[in-house]
Amino acid sequence: MKARVFVMLKTGVLDPQGEAVRHALDSLGFEGIEGVRQGKVIELDLSETDRARAEANVTEMCEKLLANTVIESYRVEIA
Amino acid sequence: MRAAVIVFPGSNCDRDLAVALERAGASVQMVWHKDTALPAGLDFVGVPGGFSFGDYLRCGAIAAQSPICRSVVEFAGKGGYVFGVCNGFQILTETGLLPGALLRNAGLKYICRTVPLTVQTTDSAFTSGYHKGQSIDIPIAHHDGNYNADPDTLARLLGDDRVAFTYGDNPNGSTADIAGVLSENRRVLGMMPHPERADDERHGGTDGTALFRALSDALVAA
Repeated sequence: MKARVFVMLKTGVLDPQGEAVRHALDSLGFEGIEGVRQGKVIELDLSETDRARAEANVTEMCEKLLANTVIESYRVEIA
Repeated sequence: MRAAVIVFPGSNCDRDLAVALERAGASVQMVWHKDTALPAGLDFVGVPGGFSFGDYLRCGAIAAQSPICRSVVEFAGKGGYVFGVCNGFQILTETGLLPGALLRNAGLKYICRTVPLTVQTTDSAFTSGYHKGQSIDIPIAHHDGNYNADPDTLARLLGDDRVAFTYGDNPNGSTADIAGVLSENRRVLGMMPHPERADDERHGGTDGTALFRALSDALVAA
């Protein structure tokens, strides 16, 4: 079973890297970009076969290590 | 004062911190990150600067989960003195010993230069050797030093007089110019600037010396 974790800076936390990407896109002539937020995707290969257990387990991983919930939010996708 | 300095793979200010502590009169033991226990009878633990575990995932995140960090958290919980510098500050926020988090510098650049700091409180073993409002010059060297605290955390830090140092000219976008914060019991300090790099005339300045002296005096007396 595969899991994907999406980690993003929380709304309201300034993302200077996203801002830099936005400026670069602007300077390439792309128009109408109102905001860019940069995050990360973490893929996990799991031996677990039960979907609910996998999701609970990965959520615990996010809380303990994969995300810093002081500044980041996360979303878990089980595939 | 009996001190330990933790060494992670990628630490690079561990010896500088040990030398500064020794010059202030401490006996210092270096402790490897895989050790599970701190030496007995310690007064103080230093968490040094560097790039522990290559800054993978987030600065300080992997180090904060290392076996020795569990002991450091326990030590702090019992009222032990802990000092995190630069990457050490990032590690202490990741363990939850200090509030907030350190983000990428607002200007996105790694900054390495000496900056003026303002001492905001003298009410701690770390800062009692300065006077309130004193301006001191201390080097910074970081890419992720942009201190972030939400409005509630910031109000608590300010209300409890827990901001130890602020930047005179905010170099990295930190919330409220914060360069260093204290724990609730005032025995844990984390700061991005490097006082151990301002502890000898040959460093180009000695404004960091008073921190180590005050700490040593307080812990000898304790």
